[in-house]
Amino acid sequence: MIYALAALVVWALGWWINIRLSNGMRSDERVVRVAIPLIFGLTIVLMWELLVIGFEVNPVILPAPSSIIERLGMEGPRLWADFKQTILKGALSGYVIGGMAALCVAVLADRSDFLTRGILPVGGFMAALPIVGTAPIFVKWLGSDWESKAAVVAVMVFFPILVNTVAGLRDTAAMQRDLMRTYGAGYWPTLLKLRLPAAMPFIFNGLKIATTLALIGAIVAEFFGSPTVGMGFRISTSFGQLALDMVWAEIVVAAIAGSAFYGAMTLIEKRVTFWHPSQR
Amino acid sequence: MRSILPVMTVVAAILGFWVMCVVPMNMHLVADQAQRDGLSVAPDTPNARQDFGGVALALKNPHLIPLTYDFVRPRLPSPHQVAGEMYATIFEKKISSKRSLVYHGWVTLAPTLLGFVIGTGLGILLAVGIVYSRVMDRSVMPWAIVSQTIPILALAPMIIVVLGSMGIQGVFPKSIIAAYLSFFPVVVGMVKGLRSPDAMQLDLLRTYNASGSQGFWALRLPASAPYLFASLKIGISASLVGTIVAELPTGARAGFGARMLVGDQYGQPLVSWAALFAAALTAAALVGIFSLIERITLKRMGMATT
Repeated sequence: MIYALAALVVWALGWWINIRLSNGMRSDERVVRVAIPLIFGLTIVLMWELLVIGFEVNPVILPAPSSIIERLGMEGPRLWADFKQTILKGALSGYVIGGMAALCVAVLADRSDFLTRGILPVGGFMAALPIVGTAPIFVKWLGSDWESKAAVVAVMVFFPILVNTVAGLRDTAAMQRDLMRTYGAGYWPTLLKLRLPAAMPFIFNGLKIATTLALIGAIVAEFFGSPTVGMGFRISTSFGQLALDMVWAEIVVAAIAGSAFYGAMTLIEKRVTFWHPSQR
Repeated sequence: MRSILPVMTVVAAILGFWVMCVVPMNMHLVADQAQRDGLSVAPDTPNARQDFGGVALALKNPHLIPLTYDFVRPRLPSPHQVAGEMYATIFEKKISSKRSLVYHGWVTLAPTLLGFVIGTGLGILLAVGIVYSRVMDRSVMPWAIVSQTIPILALAPMIIVVLGSMGIQGVFPKSIIAAYLSFFPVVVGMVKGLRSPDAMQLDLLRTYNASGSQGFWALRLPASAPYLFASLKIGISASLVGTIVAELPTGARAGFGARMLVGDQYGQPLVSWAALFAAALTAAALVGIFSLIERITLKRMGMATT
């Protein structure tokens, strides 16, 4: 009971601090803007810990944050090996292959207005499909190592990037294209100097959507067969051993990797599309 | 409607690529089977055939090429095999039969729709809270955005098993995942939508002496409709994917995900492929229905863009 009360107190305290901070005079300062969500997150984690201890929740159902953190510290090397197998080998290589293929197809298709009009609806349709369901098929074709994961990821990221690139390449005004023509620029200079740069905000939109898809594809594909290393493999086997704190430790790694991947794309986007209104 | 011809061309190109791939993908299996059936095959031992690629083997044995399209357990089935299997399991089986895809489709669709309704409802409520409360905006919104970068879908099977061990089974666990996946797109979209009225419009309402709730019902909510529909379309397909993934490796006995896995494990690739395409058709139908509702609603609201 005491723990439940303590959890309520923590909640009230955290919320009160956030009310003060967000309605205070300095609420628009950068430090405060970062601090508020951090305090909110910390409050939730503290409440979780207190409630798990207080109600003596079975660790097989929900482990306490402290035991998850302990696992993170203890299992560092193993988590790193899983990270390398799933994220660096499976997800990243698939992401690069799928992204490159999508860019090439988009640039090729863009030469014909007819193809563009066909690819946009079909690609948009394919992007909404449960492509992750092809994971068992790819594992069967390419074996259980990272190649099959990369293939699933490549197919999953292909369509969002393709659709966004094709849409972006069409996003130049007639005036801009005419200007290039008055300069005597042919197809390639126009593509490289005007249309690709103008398409960058769209391309990065696709690339950012694809980051999460890549991680999902790589992890889910490991449920259908993998060497004895990898995040998906670890999640499913730890689950079989009822080591839920290990499962959660993998979740934390996946969350950090996902956010870092997304953040990296956002940073590159800021560099590349510094001229776009949304970045200024 | 002028894009029908280009769309057909692209679809035909994809189908053509598929048909071309069928031969090399199945060639080795077909050659092994043909030998057992007493047909002549060019390199006459399986080991010797392994040295050839699928295409080379097909060129050496052109008489076997037609067989690759009707192979019983293909690595890559041909389009007409998948279509045949789908027709047989959708139209020729009774809906209550365990082999009917309609039955499995409903098993998947029910939790998807339930979860989608829950997720969308909660998402709209949270979005209203975020727009009207500065504290919620500052503390919850960053997490709503970050959570979209987390591959939570990968944990769907685990959530099912945890809830199952707590005695919660049936439609509900799957709909939790569907709800979760449709929740955040709706939150982010609705927050954008509810904030889309500009200062001029808000000022106009103030000159009318409109109350806060009048401002919400008459301006903010209608203005958010296009954003809501965009989020709904993302949310419904995310929900369906979530339900299917939740069914995949958890030993579920019914549903599209279960069919895909059963076909894979018991060497019936046609079952997997039929389930995969049925799931794709379902996703397309759901998104299509929402596009239709969107078009009609926005037209009646006078907000249609075209």
